[in-house]
Amino acid sequence: MSEHDRNRTRKRARPPDFFLILLGIAAIIIPVITVLMLYEIGNGSIASIEAFGASFLWGSDWIPNPANGGPPILGALPAIYGSVVTTALALLLAIPICLGVALFQTELAPRKLRTPALFLIEMLAAVPSVVYGLWGLLVLVPFMSIYVSPRLQASLGYLPLFSGPTTGLGMLTAGVILAIMIIPYGSSVMREVIAAVPRSQREASIALGATNWEMVRTSVLPFARTGIIAAIVLAMGRAMGETMAVTMVIGNVARISPSLFLPAETIPSVIANEFTEVAGNDVYLAALFELALILFAIALVMNLVGRVIIHRLSFKVRGDVPA
Amino acid sequence: MTYLPSFRNKRKVSNLIYIILATSCFGVALVPLISILYETISRGAAALSISLFTQVTPPIGSSGGGILNAIEGSLVMVAIASSIGVPVGVLAGAYLAEYPGKFGYYVRLVSEVLTGVPSIVTGIFIYELIVATQHRFSAFSGGVALGTMMIPIVAISTHESLKLVASSIREGGLALGISRAKTLIYILLSTARSGVITGIALAVARVMGETAPLLFTALGSQFMMTGINSPSASLTLLIFDFGTSPYDNAHTLAWGAALVLLSIVLGLNIVVRAASKLKVTGTE
Repeated sequence: MSEHDRNRTRKRARPPDFFLILLGIAAIIIPVITVLMLYEIGNGSIASIEAFGASFLWGSDWIPNPANGGPPILGALPAIYGSVVTTALALLLAIPICLGVALFQTELAPRKLRTPALFLIEMLAAVPSVVYGLWGLLVLVPFMSIYVSPRLQASLGYLPLFSGPTTGLGMLTAGVILAIMIIPYGSSVMREVIAAVPRSQREASIALGATNWEMVRTSVLPFARTGIIAAIVLAMGRAMGETMAVTMVIGNVARISPSLFLPAETIPSVIANEFTEVAGNDVYLAALFELALILFAIALVMNLVGRVIIHRLSFKVRGDVPA
Repeated sequence: MTYLPSFRNKRKVSNLIYIILATSCFGVALVPLISILYETISRGAAALSISLFTQVTPPIGSSGGGILNAIEGSLVMVAIASSIGVPVGVLAGAYLAEYPGKFGYYVRLVSEVLTGVPSIVTGIFIYELIVATQHRFSAFSGGVALGTMMIPIVAISTHESLKLVASSIREGGLALGISRAKTLIYILLSTARSGVITGIALAVARVMGETAPLLFTALGSQFMMTGINSPSASLTLLIFDFGTSPYDNAHTLAWGAALVLLSIVLGLNIVVRAASKLKVTGTE
């Protein structure tokens, strides 16, 4: 091999791979955005962290502009409480329905109806959050205040949960609309994990003479259990972060009350509602950033946990080697 | 053997209960969809008129007006978002499919996590990154916020579509001595074209319906846009502002805007799903 040939070979073997660089830059943008988000939002919340420290998390007063002209007193507890209660309510209502929808779609629907059934639930997922909010405020709120809340109060009014005026604006309605909104997402993740249960599992129990329900109970659900839990975690992350629809129906009052009928607020609803009101109040602005930081942290943890569980499962089922 | 019939009966009953419950769960889930469609179409139809599409929004509380500025704002911001989200998303998705490995695995995981981050957090992020440094609300920052949301959605759907291309096709291209870049563009992306386009269209539909990222970036406006550096209206901001006001005319316009928005978003969904047989995941 001549000197010339060797040079040519070397050159051809290692050209600068612009293609890899281009794709790599695009790929690296995604983690960079995530880190930058954490940095910028953390940066924005410094004034609040300095002013309130950790007590921000359990402070129950939310007084951005005290009457005596003193510094703002801001605690996130009412917002955290509202988020936890509405999310819990939404999960309570939505999980059984999600599971039912997922089982219907994978096990029960006749083959010809499966695609339309999927399509309809996907339409529910495609409706924009603000349209849910408009419908919630002008259709669901009156419906709740006329039909649902008074009846709940009549039968269960002795519980503090169902006391107080039934205007329709409050945590109960917010929980209901959140439940409606997470059903398509929760059921689609559950459908995925249920569909991933190996065919041999189902066939084995059918061969042993199991009914449809016995097959689901003994072979499908135990196999899909971890995935279903992951679906619940992911749906919980969604419910925690849902902003517009909740903001429009929850009434937006910083209050901690056991009554589900009373107006309250959630972490995202406070940010959405009050962000344009901060005007020059730096600590107030930073407190809203800190709320966003809390929300971001919750969403990161829940999505990471849910996704990692599902990745593990799909590797197990498909027999792929995890990277 | 007397226990046998009742035993079998019990099993049949439990099976029947299961079938009824699961089917009615599906039915219950559809009730809100039907109600939303019915209310939006019937109340939105009352707002339909020529002026809805030819006039700008009136001050809240006064009569008349249309939603032209909101339609303009939504279209412009989605165009800005797509010009960021589509190229970066498609290239990142191509990276995930072309160079699988540890780094790719984590990028994919982060993308999935990012699609689960509340959109209001993205709004706050862009506020701090662009609005606070430029000292002005703008259609541009709104578009960037939506584009930021699009990147991971498009990356995941592109990755999924490219994964479906048989590796023999990829290897065939490379075996012919075609460069990796040309193989990707002329062979892989064109084979996976319908899946990639479906993913992009669904991402467009998704960000078109977003409100929270626009609250502190585009802000909203009662006028036509004077440029991408001025605040902008959008269909979603209009629905939020007018829907939460106590005035009837504002509600009518909000329902009109909801009907237009829903037609675009659901229309895009229906068209691409009908046109594409490829299953696209990761867009939920």
